[in-house]
Amino acid sequence: MAITSIKTGSSFTNLTKYDSFLAGNAAYNPSFESIATVTVGSGGSSSITFSSIPSTYTHLQIRGILRSDRGYAQAGNIMRFNSDTGNNYSWHGLVGDGSSASAFDTQGLPSFMYLGEMPAVSGLANTFGTVVIDILDYANTNKYKTVKTLSGNDRNSAGVVGLISGNWRNTAAITSISIKEDVSNLVQYSSLALYGIKGV
Amino acid sequence: MATTYEKIATQSVSGSSTTNVTFNSISGSYTDLVLIVNAKLAASNNISLRFNSDTASNYSYTYIFGSGTAASSGRASSTTYIYGGSTSTTNYDTHIININNYSNTSTNKTALIQSAVTSIGASAWVGLWRSTSAITSVDVSFLGNIISAGSTFTIYGIKAA
Repeated sequence: MAITSIKTGSSFTNLTKYDSFLAGNAAYNPSFESIATVTVGSGGSSSITFSSIPSTYTHLQIRGILRSDRGYAQAGNIMRFNSDTGNNYSWHGLVGDGSSASAFDTQGLPSFMYLGEMPAVSGLANTFGTVVIDILDYANTNKYKTVKTLSGNDRNSAGVVGLISGNWRNTAAITSISIKEDVSNLVQYSSLALYGIKGV
Repeated sequence: MATTYEKIATQSVSGSSTTNVTFNSISGSYTDLVLIVNAKLAASNNISLRFNSDTASNYSYTYIFGSGTAASSGRASSTTYIYGGSTSTTNYDTHIININNYSNTSTNKTALIQSAVTSIGASAWVGLWRSTSAITSVDVSFLGNIISAGSTFTIYGIKAA
């Protein structure tokens, strides 16, 4: 059933009415805005970095495709905030590799956040993995930051899909985000777009 | 400010003979596509996707599924569809399909699907279409099963800076 009205006095009445966010509903869009896009050129790149992220949004979303030049069929991608290379990250994962479902977490505190596996050199040519990363309340200086990542790649001969939660143990507002393959480079056409989602 | 996340088209099913929904003439002016499906079937089966009317064995997929008592994973190669989660006959189930960089003519296309099926389970799927063509049409079906009236299919475009 479509939302057609909101009761007077509801805490939701100050929201901006927006007609194209949820299927079949006149929904209330939190305002989804493009902040920046980075596409890797020929020769590849060691990382994709978004800097000087304004604190004017409520949440961030990163969407895109990734592939690495590491000599495997697939390779792990990682993320760091504010150039923090300390052991201040943790994560839990739920993944399926086509034969079994498994769960994992960090053992201790690593120096990066894991985002899942992307195709690499010996994986099917021209094939990229896909990520959708949600970073909630990223500018709140009273909270550690929590991330939800949905990622996957299928290379016809094999694949993996996963849902990963991550935590950065820092209350600083996130002002920069760097994403890279664990030890190697991202290849040409790897591309990530950063979006800001505004609240009320 | 230019609209970043906008509806391209919506289709709602009426009657009792619809077996597929197709979005044609999708422009290349966006960066990503998001397809949101809320559907019920006459007979339960998986949601399935095809692009640009390609019926050849150019697709594959991998999934993880939770039934409420166990988790499992599976996959298939060289299929004629990308599959997503099963859809039931009792509820209007939801599938959210992300197709990032759908118009890049240098890369094969990968879709991420989240399926929430109340009576069956929750699942996530990654599907590959082995084609570097820009996606200009998306066909959604349930392997020939009839889609119940009231089912909705909405496709959105997300435009990056």
